[in-house]
Amino acid sequence: MAKSKPRVKAPKTAGKGDIVTIKTLISHKMETGLRKDKKTGDLIPRQIINKFMAKFNGEDVFSVDIDPAISANPYFQFSMKAEESGEFEFIWVDDSGDTYSKKSALTVN
Amino acid sequence: MKVSIKAGLVAAIAFAGFAVTGSTLADEGLPEGVTAVKATPPSKDHPLDEILSGWTFRTPETQALQQDDFENPGYLWVERGEALWSEVDGSAGKACASCHNDAADSMKGVGAEMPKWDAKLNRPLTMEQRINNCRTENMGAKEWKWESTQMLSMTSYVRNQSRGMPVNVQADGPMASWVAKGKEVYYTRVGQLDMSCANCHEANYGKYIRADFLSQGHSNGFPTYRLKWQKIGSLHRRFKGCMKNIRATPYKVGGDEFVALEVYLAQRGKGLQVEAPAVRN
Amino acid sequence: MHTITRRQLLAVTAATATGLALSPNFASAKAEDAMAVLDKFTGGKAPAEGKVTLKMPEIAENGNTVPLSISVDSPMTADNYVKRVVIVAEGNPRPEVATLHFSPKSGVAEASTRMRLAKTQNVVALAEMSDGSFHMVKRQVKVTIGGCGG
Repeated sequence: MAKSKPRVKAPKTAGKGDIVTIKTLISHKMETGLRKDKKTGDLIPRQIINKFMAKFNGEDVFSVDIDPAISANPYFQFSMKAEESGEFEFIWVDDSGDTYSKKSALTVN
Repeated sequence: MKVSIKAGLVAAIAFAGFAVTGSTLADEGLPEGVTAVKATPPSKDHPLDEILSGWTFRTPETQALQQDDFENPGYLWVERGEALWSEVDGSAGKACASCHNDAADSMKGVGAEMPKWDAKLNRPLTMEQRINNCRTENMGAKEWKWESTQMLSMTSYVRNQSRGMPVNVQADGPMASWVAKGKEVYYTRVGQLDMSCANCHEANYGKYIRADFLSQGHSNGFPTYRLKWQKIGSLHRRFKGCMKNIRATPYKVGGDEFVALEVYLAQRGKGLQVEAPAVRN
Repeated sequence: MHTITRRQLLAVTAATATGLALSPNFASAKAEDAMAVLDKFTGGKAPAEGKVTLKMPEIAENGNTVPLSISVDSPMTADNYVKRVVIVAEGNPRPEVATLHFSPKSGVAEASTRMRLAKTQNVVALAEMSDGSFHMVKRQVKVTIGGCGG
């Protein structure tokens, strides 16, 4: 399977006190573990992104515990109140323990 | 319009009447990167009064996924294609970019004219075939499988360079016989349900067939991210699915029947803007 | 248009709240599973109505990707904010969908995602506030299945 690739849309600048919106998308099949292989009849093992975290300057802003009912190529949109300049870090963790991350800088005026 | 489904099968396939929502929905917004989702048929003898993109038949929620490139999951493949463009592969030590430089310039308009006549091979090539031809002939690389992640990423990326440009396939000269062949495929009834493409997509678009709202079946959005597939897929994969539904044995993906059908469909939807990667249900 | 008096409005609200507290209106066996997940989340505490808005299409064109937006009415300050929102689907093979964790840094308690729905069913969003109270909302989403769609 191709390696998962995250996409992030976060603002580069914001006014102090502004609520900024962040959108994230990552390519992933989100195999539920409930489907059967059509040829063998065996269950296809679960393989999902089970956790998403958004941090700003190391502090938790928003996170999600994910179950298989989240769609393939998981999408999350959420907000943060911009108080200070710094760096976002977005982290995705899948069932095999692999993590994918992306960073994005924000300047607060 | 005449519906001519054979009597014995009418009971099995019921088309529920429903107004075409195209004109009203189109006014509320457009997919990102295009300026129109309909086109005027180029001639009076065109089978459709108005050429409508599949976009116009979808719900606002599905449309919204194509109204913002960030929301559009198809872009995961476009971005992969962009990375592959400059990745060296094969014995010649070349990448696509080695010869074609910046795709934003060199590939602009290319996707709008596919499938395109290849004088050397004396036949039209779809984008997939064109890419594989380049890989084996010029790069010394292996062919990509039709529905592989690499192929879908590259076709999505290349076709995306023509987004917003009207579909403009060549239909005359040596292409004329392929258009004719594709037209025959389009109107020939096949399978246990004994249906042709036209039974649904010409005679009954804008109506429900069971729970599905039928479009005119154009190709301008392909490769398309389908919610059903939960990924990007090729036009030929879509053809195959349609044929299975009418209980027919699908033609071969990449085979001459599907290539001809792709040529005919592009000609039939001439003028519609390329939307790749579109989002459909 | 009908005018509703304050007294009538209070009566209706009270009745609904009581109904929720005493006999949660879950019908199927799957709904019981969903209820168990919610119970675990609240520790058996009865959630109140209001404050939580769950935006989803009335009819989903395809159950594989159903957009969902949640917002909770909260000032999102250090001493008054939304801690978590759990999303549960009553008619899916497994009811859990996701648990969203907010913080005062979120500024507003709003989030969107896309989820899978196996069939027409109710989706529940239940929020835990920083004061320990719970608020929930339930919405039915119809899923079109049985088409041909290739």
